[in-house]
Amino acid sequence: MRRARCWRTSRFPDRPSTFIVNAPLSPRIADGPTPTSGRAPIVLTQRRVYILPTKQGLLYATMLALMLIGAINYNLGLGYVLTFLLAGLGIIALLHTWRNLAGLAITVGRTEPVFAGDPAVHEIRIDSVVTFVRPSIGVAPPGMPPVFVDVPAQDSCIARISMPTQRRGWQPLDTVRVSTTFPLGLFRAWSNVAIDSVVLAYPRPEADGPPLPAVSGEDAGAGVTGAGSDDFASFRSYSPGDSLKHVAWKAAARSDVLLVKQFAGSAGRERWLEWRDVHPALPLEPALARLARWVLLAEEGGERYGLRLPGTEIAPGGGHDHRDHCLEALALFDGKVTR
Amino acid sequence: MKVVAPRLSTGRVLALLGCILLVLAPHATRLPLWIAAVAAWSLGLRAVFAWRGWGLPKTWMLLILAASAAVGIWLSYGQLFGRDAAVALLILMLCLKLMELRAERDAYVLILLGYFLVITDFLYSQSIPTALYLLICVWFVTACLIAFQYRDRPPRPTAVLRQAGWMLAQAAPLMLVFFLLFPRVQGPLWGFPQAAYGAVSGLSDTMAPGSLSSLSLSDDVAFRVDFTTPPPTPARLYWRGPVMWDFDGRTWRAGDSAPLPLAEERPQTGQDVIRYVVTLEPHNLRWLFGADLPAQRPKDSLLTHDYQMFALRPVRQRMRYAMSSQLNYRIGLTESPRNIERALRLPQGFNPRSLEFARQLQQAHPDAKEIVRNALLLFREKPFFYTLVPPELGRDSVDEFLFTTRRGFCEHFASSFVFLMRAAGVPARIVTGYQGGVFNPIGAYLIVRQSEAHAWAEVWLDGEGWVRIDPTAAVSPQRIESGIAAAMPLGEPLPLMVRTDNALLRQLRFGLDAAANGWNQWVLGYTPERQLRIFERVGFGKANWQNLALALSAATALVLAVLSVLLLRKLRRPLRDPVQVLWDDFSRKLSRRGLPRRPGEGPVDYVRRVTAGQPTLAGDVAQIGALYTRLRYGASSGNARELAELRRRVRAFRP
Repeated sequence: MRRARCWRTSRFPDRPSTFIVNAPLSPRIADGPTPTSGRAPIVLTQRRVYILPTKQGLLYATMLALMLIGAINYNLGLGYVLTFLLAGLGIIALLHTWRNLAGLAITVGRTEPVFAGDPAVHEIRIDSVVTFVRPSIGVAPPGMPPVFVDVPAQDSCIARISMPTQRRGWQPLDTVRVSTTFPLGLFRAWSNVAIDSVVLAYPRPEADGPPLPAVSGEDAGAGVTGAGSDDFASFRSYSPGDSLKHVAWKAAARSDVLLVKQFAGSAGRERWLEWRDVHPALPLEPALARLARWVLLAEEGGERYGLRLPGTEIAPGGGHDHRDHCLEALALFDGKVTR
Repeated sequence: MKVVAPRLSTGRVLALLGCILLVLAPHATRLPLWIAAVAAWSLGLRAVFAWRGWGLPKTWMLLILAASAAVGIWLSYGQLFGRDAAVALLILMLCLKLMELRAERDAYVLILLGYFLVITDFLYSQSIPTALYLLICVWFVTACLIAFQYRDRPPRPTAVLRQAGWMLAQAAPLMLVFFLLFPRVQGPLWGFPQAAYGAVSGLSDTMAPGSLSSLSLSDDVAFRVDFTTPPPTPARLYWRGPVMWDFDGRTWRAGDSAPLPLAEERPQTGQDVIRYVVTLEPHNLRWLFGADLPAQRPKDSLLTHDYQMFALRPVRQRMRYAMSSQLNYRIGLTESPRNIERALRLPQGFNPRSLEFARQLQQAHPDAKEIVRNALLLFREKPFFYTLVPPELGRDSVDEFLFTTRRGFCEHFASSFVFLMRAAGVPARIVTGYQGGVFNPIGAYLIVRQSEAHAWAEVWLDGEGWVRIDPTAAVSPQRIESGIAAAMPLGEPLPLMVRTDNALLRQLRFGLDAAANGWNQWVLGYTPERQLRIFERVGFGKANWQNLALALSAATALVLAVLSVLLLRKLRRPLRDPVQVLWDDFSRKLSRRGLPRRPGEGPVDYVRRVTAGQPTLAGDVAQIGALYTRLRYGASSGNARELAELRRRVRAFRP
């Protein structure tokens, strides 16, 4: 499995969130001089920036050759002047194009998990220390059209690259090509950067499957005292991942601790979402899709729910972070049934 | 994944249309009306399409239009690929391309066509104003090219124009290097299409009444002369051109002239040698002009027995040649009987009165010199007038001129004088050319314009050879002494450039002509020979194309190195705040004294600590600290005077 490289910022940054899949701190060593890699900003140094004429550049050169022939044939002094001015302009354009890219620092930004089928968005931060604006910097995944950004002077900006997803699991974006043809489009300067950005794709929930199964006997033991959302039962202290809907704001205003309202009721019992309920009745992927839907339904219903997959058990809980935890387990489930 | 071509915004399309309009405008006057109309219509239509967001015509419609455009060109010009036809075709194709301007790719093609159209303008004019106008065109087209590179909305047009101007300015040194050192090839590479030469004014190999006087209305420059020896007065300068031998009663013709044997090339006696360089404007004929007798003629030229100087090929581009001349000379002391006979031939049945008058002269004076003197006396004593607008002459033109109208230009005087001489048995011929010229004090050279065109006579006297007689001088000595403007009565339709009445205007005229001359010499007339000559004179060693290429590479590398340093220097080191630089210097000086600034210590605390611990430095440190905090955080930020004060104090600070 790929190393997890996705993190989320907590609403309370000083308290570590329970759901951070930490990124490894050591940069991966690149295989050879390019593509370059690293968690730290990757600076597009002079050796990393390549430059070649574009198709338009070749057309421009052809036009200059025709102009030169015309100037020679008709002895046009001014024809020479124009040809050489435009040739000089082409060479200057090379310097400007190169300059537009060289020295940029590329950092991978954060990513948000998506459901399979929705586009995965990779954020790539581009920093510039120079005093001029760098317009039209293109960031492109392999084989896809670039996303263009203007990098302001001595500032940074973020290029958001949207990639289609088809399957659940890690959606890697290993390298991007950072390129520019500014200012004249006669040359393209580029650099391949190994960014190793990943987005987690959850299984796409079933569109309309059966509702949540009835709470089974095993669950019922805890069920009576379990937390639901129907009738208010008591307060308990907030733990990260609890739904904001259930925070007792009035009570919180009176005290230093955030309190969460606990509810009792039929829906407030602890529920276990079980792999064996869906498999082998359904094949692997549809089974995961159904479980994903049930996770969403349970969260919507304000229930406390746990997830049991072969080899994984997530204790009952609630809130967005708990939901995401469950969905992540579904996304990364390898389908091997261990007994 | 399919790459979707970006669509063009309305603003960009309109900007591109504006640029193309700018480039096409100078062509409009030269094109047939229908092409100019089609171009204007296409630009307007495309602008409306862009404005309204309408769809563009289908490809099959454009193909039909392209075919009809080609047919139209064929009908208008009779060809497709002559110079004018090709330019017109290019313009029509550009207009059609406008109709399929959909994606960025099409815009690029149009921009490149725009650049190319600029160079086609130079086929018609290479004057300074044309160059300036087209430089502006190039500037705008380049700005357009830049604007298309902004993927987002481009910045304000002025910012893009500034950027384009800045890039062109950076390209200028490279252009200069290429222009001077790029090994030049003498054109043409293939045959010149004849259409490249329209009518140019100048002397021709025939002379009829009125041909020179109409030429005199033109203020086109015939040639310019740089003297390397002290220049003689304009009155002594007879620039020899076509020599006319054959007369049919109305028109004089040059006819064929045998080349002069090399041995006889030196005139018999020689004094008064002048050396000079002529820059001859193209006149489409082979004559080269020199003052009187060429002592040393330019290489690649021919001299005929009547001292006409020819280039090997028609002069179709501006040409520079160095030569020397003798103003005192004797030629043709031993003239062949064939030429004497030719110089006496007259058409039968013309000008009976003149024939009779000449016969009387001949009878009264046995000496040829006397005949000449008496014929000149006729011009001097009878009321002859020198005018640019002589009356029309009939069949017996010499009779009418000599005895009736008596108003004429130099060709009338020369023609009738030679007629009289031949009728009186004195061999004579007509020489056409230019007389005098105007000195340009600004460029220190002589300008000879078409309005200086002149015709005079040469008679052959036994023992003296061919002697110049200028009958015009007998009638209007001023023409020879002070030029045509002085000789003409007020109200004559003189060309603007020749008038002498307004001193300021004259000064301006000289200035403009000096600029045009420099332009011709250095920009338009920078030929392969000139390049090699200058290369050698500068001392780069033997001038050949290998050395030129070497010098070109070296100079290009040098210019590029300088430009790279200037352009890329900012990449390495972001510009630092000068206040911060001074403060760092100050901290460094203190830390060398053992008083480093602690991490996280602000300037105020630092200054307080240092002043408390080091009473000897307290005054300086406190003042520098106060200046720094004011400049950095206070109201004085950006105050140049206080910045200078801080700099002075930090430099002087010796802890």
